[in-house]
Amino acid sequence: MEILMAIVIGILFTCATYLMLSKSILRIIIGTGLLSHGAHLLILTMGGLKRGAVPILTDKIQDYVDPLPQALILTAIVISFGVTAFFLVLAYRTYQEIGTDDMDQLRGTKHNE
Amino acid sequence: MSLLHWAVLAPFLAALLVPFLYKLVRRIHTGWFVLFIPIILFTYFFTLIDTTRKGSTIIESVPWIPSLHINVSLYVDGLSLLFALLITGIGALVILYSIFYLSNKKESLHNFYVYLLLFMGAMLGVVLSDNLIVLYTFWELTSLSSFLLIGYWHHRERSRYGAQKSLLITVFGGLAMFGGFVLLSYIGSTFSIRELIMDSGQLFEHPLFIPTMLLILLGAFTKSAQFPFHIWLPDAMEAPTPVSAYLHSATMVKAGIYLVARLSPVFAFSGTWLWLVSLFGIITLLWGSFFAVKQTDLKGILAYSTISQLGLIMSLLGVGAAALHYEELDDNLYLAATVAAVFHLINHATFKGSLFMVAGIVDHETGTRDIRKLGGLMQVMPITFTVAVIGTFSMAGVPPFNGFLSKEMFLASMVHVLELDIVNFTTWGALFPVIAWIASVFTFIYSMIILFKTFTGSLQSEKLPKQPHEAPIGMLISPIILASLVIVFGLFPNLLSTSIIEPATAAIQPTLTNDLHVHIGFWHGFKPEFWMTVGIIVFGTMLFITLKRWWRIYSIVPEQISLNNLYDQSLNMIEVISLKLTKIFMTGYIRNYLIYIFIFFIAALLSTLFQKNAFTIDLDHVAPIGLYEVILAVIIASVSIVILFAKSRLTSIILLGAVGYTVSLFFVLFRAPDLALTQLIIETISVALFLLCFYRLPKLGNRKEERMAFRWNNALISIGVGITVTLIAISAFSSNKPFPPISSYYIENAYKEAGGKNIVNVILVDFRGLDTMFEITVLGIAALGIFGMIKLRTGRKSE
Amino acid sequence: MKTNDLILQTVTKVAAFVIILFSLSIFLGGHYSPGGGFVGGLMTSSAIILLLLAYDLKTVAGILPVDYKLFIASGLLLSVLTASGSLLFGVPLMTHAFTYVDLPLLGHISLHTAVLFDLGVYLVVVGVTMTIIQTIGESE
Repeated sequence: MEILMAIVIGILFTCATYLMLSKSILRIIIGTGLLSHGAHLLILTMGGLKRGAVPILTDKIQDYVDPLPQALILTAIVISFGVTAFFLVLAYRTYQEIGTDDMDQLRGTKHNE
Repeated sequence: MSLLHWAVLAPFLAALLVPFLYKLVRRIHTGWFVLFIPIILFTYFFTLIDTTRKGSTIIESVPWIPSLHINVSLYVDGLSLLFALLITGIGALVILYSIFYLSNKKESLHNFYVYLLLFMGAMLGVVLSDNLIVLYTFWELTSLSSFLLIGYWHHRERSRYGAQKSLLITVFGGLAMFGGFVLLSYIGSTFSIRELIMDSGQLFEHPLFIPTMLLILLGAFTKSAQFPFHIWLPDAMEAPTPVSAYLHSATMVKAGIYLVARLSPVFAFSGTWLWLVSLFGIITLLWGSFFAVKQTDLKGILAYSTISQLGLIMSLLGVGAAALHYEELDDNLYLAATVAAVFHLINHATFKGSLFMVAGIVDHETGTRDIRKLGGLMQVMPITFTVAVIGTFSMAGVPPFNGFLSKEMFLASMVHVLELDIVNFTTWGALFPVIAWIASVFTFIYSMIILFKTFTGSLQSEKLPKQPHEAPIGMLISPIILASLVIVFGLFPNLLSTSIIEPATAAIQPTLTNDLHVHIGFWHGFKPEFWMTVGIIVFGTMLFITLKRWWRIYSIVPEQISLNNLYDQSLNMIEVISLKLTKIFMTGYIRNYLIYIFIFFIAALLSTLFQKNAFTIDLDHVAPIGLYEVILAVIIASVSIVILFAKSRLTSIILLGAVGYTVSLFFVLFRAPDLALTQLIIETISVALFLLCFYRLPKLGNRKEERMAFRWNNALISIGVGITVTLIAISAFSSNKPFPPISSYYIENAYKEAGGKNIVNVILVDFRGLDTMFEITVLGIAALGIFGMIKLRTGRKSE
Repeated sequence: MKTNDLILQTVTKVAAFVIILFSLSIFLGGHYSPGGGFVGGLMTSSAIILLLLAYDLKTVAGILPVDYKLFIASGLLLSVLTASGSLLFGVPLMTHAFTYVDLPLLGHISLHTAVLFDLGVYLVVVGVTMTIIQTIGESE
């Protein structure tokens, strides 16, 4: 399972990187979204998968899956939401003000070099 | 905290008050308040003379960083007391002078006096510190305050240039010196200068001894404007004249001298020290005096003159070190050199201080310092003229002034160099008295230039910006006091000999001065130095009269070949090269920066992985693969690949949502209910968010515009990243963990310690609650950022 | 473009309250079962977003006349105070206290200062989500 997940994560990262390197600002945002999904799954997979019960204490069970990655991912999910929202607004405000979404044209003017 | 510590702290504390005094009491010139500080401090240090005269010292220590053995240890002996007296004494006179020089109405006096007090405190710190690190701290503070003072008239381009130049050169030296200090403390395993001096006999055998010495000398030479680092001093003359008189003639530039003198006992065993210090000193002496004659600006002449006089003192200290280095010599001959150095240090402060003030008065009253426009001021400014006569004759080494005495002692010491019978010294050593004599002739010439070109000849009123008249009496007090000291020290030099010079010499050469007795006399008989002085005056007068005929030699070497030009060019080159270098990789395209990051990511992680043989696959402990998981994996992989080819905005947003929901299903399968819930709702809200922004977002660019090479590059990097992450993920769970996971602690203690059963939530709000707290802070910042980005615009439009 | 979304509006009227109630339950139960401040907060916000979708911004602003930025501030303040409150009792930062009581009707329940901290998280999450959505919605 972990090997399969590692490959899935690899594909997620590949697509995310490809999107982030493109010129369109919206693709970059979608790329960051994909990247965070990949990162979350990566953290979870690193700790090993399905090696115990759901991490909610019950009297009879001794083995639980690793709860720490889950706690880390939980905060990461919420943070990445905040970051995505921020990016999104940044993108559309840039588009409104400058009128382009081509990253090659968003490099400052000659003046402030 | 002892009284001594308070004395060093006093200027800093006063600096805090100055702005308030300036704002609140506008009618009284702020300088009057500031004047109290140096006067009180001078009186305090004056009372300490009695202690050092008896040969005892004071040491007071306050711990600063005890774990690193760095303490604010203040140490008073003859040498530091001499400097403390100079700093506070000349400081008082300069502040008094500045009260009349700087107008209460036009100048921002609070800035000026804050900088000046900052400098005074820093300088006291330099000369009183026993700890190398503390000394270095104060040392840099003097560079910094000097920078601020030179650039005081910051609206002038020349001021800013001079300030930058002095900062670059002195801080460069300061950093080198810091390296030297660190090495020195490593060799001697202490930061205390006193302890280093006690062990000095062993230190010079260490292999790092010479590099240490070179680094420290670099600091001292840059600060004291020794050749070839002297070029900052003439440009520092853009500072207000009181500052030039104080920092750039009497005190700060002598910090390098102080350092050389202070560390002489540590380094003087080495012959290299002797050579370097005396050689650089004598070259600077000649260079400074030769180029002083070329200057046309009064302060320019004085600046070069200061450079050459500093070289003179430096060379004396170097020759004085011979007493320590060669055991079979008559020590007293070379002690005499050190005595001369100390004596000339005092004399230079008096006559150069008064001359700077004279130059300031001339500038203030006529509006120019250009000697080509000046002349005939003798009748208009009789008092200033008298002061100038005393100052210049003393500088030229004419009896009966103090400069004559120390100049004679200097010449005598240089003649004694001939007696050092070491290899090659018979040939090269002969140069010392010759150079000293030539330099002294030039010193005589520029002294006369200052005096006669300014005060004699015909008054050219039409060339002067202002109608000249004598300066107000307040402005004359300080130069008159200094000029009187020139005469007093000249006629009664033994006032100083036991009280100041002996203790200071003892501090420079502590091992040799048990039976030191300094007596300075006028008449030594018809010795070589007497004939040299006669020769200087005769030749100097002849050359001064024929100045116009030989002045052309200065134009032999064109302006382009000068150290100043070298400095300008190299500064310019550094700027150009760094700009070019930056432009190569700082392209402004975010895509390029991302490529750097990704390539570095791949290179760093993969190389570490394989170098450390960390890549492992553990197939024994993998979890079983279920049908659902395979289906989900296929979905997530195919959907993310499809996103790459999506042509419309809506498709890509929906596909991203699909990935998100699949991830949340994964969380369900991997037994993470909290994550599944959160991911599910977040994904819903995210899609809502995307749709809200949908109409405002740009359409996806036409992908046909992107070239194939561009796409292949991207694909290559992306696949690299993907493979790297896959390998890391596989190795991460397969490898044998070097430490037991901390998760078991949370599982065991969640109920016992925190009273919760949902371990994830307990970790979030209890065990790692601080993380959560900062996380919600970040969220809040993001929300406010978004709010600002959208709302601030409407605010701008309504304006 | 005016669309007829009568069905959505009618369903929303009921569903929003159910979601909010459920979110409160999930928030309070967070220490013992899946849930907590993050999920609870997000679920509450999603209920409000549902209202926004069904009606429009102005109507919802009329129903819930609150400044969500205040939620962020008060939530942060609450969390910080709860976290640093432990300092007053001479124990390290972020130490929580809890006890168990038996109440009529409700039975055996626990009282826990961690809930206060989690309430801070809840408020911040609601505040952040709604500030973002509302600001974007309001912009022209």
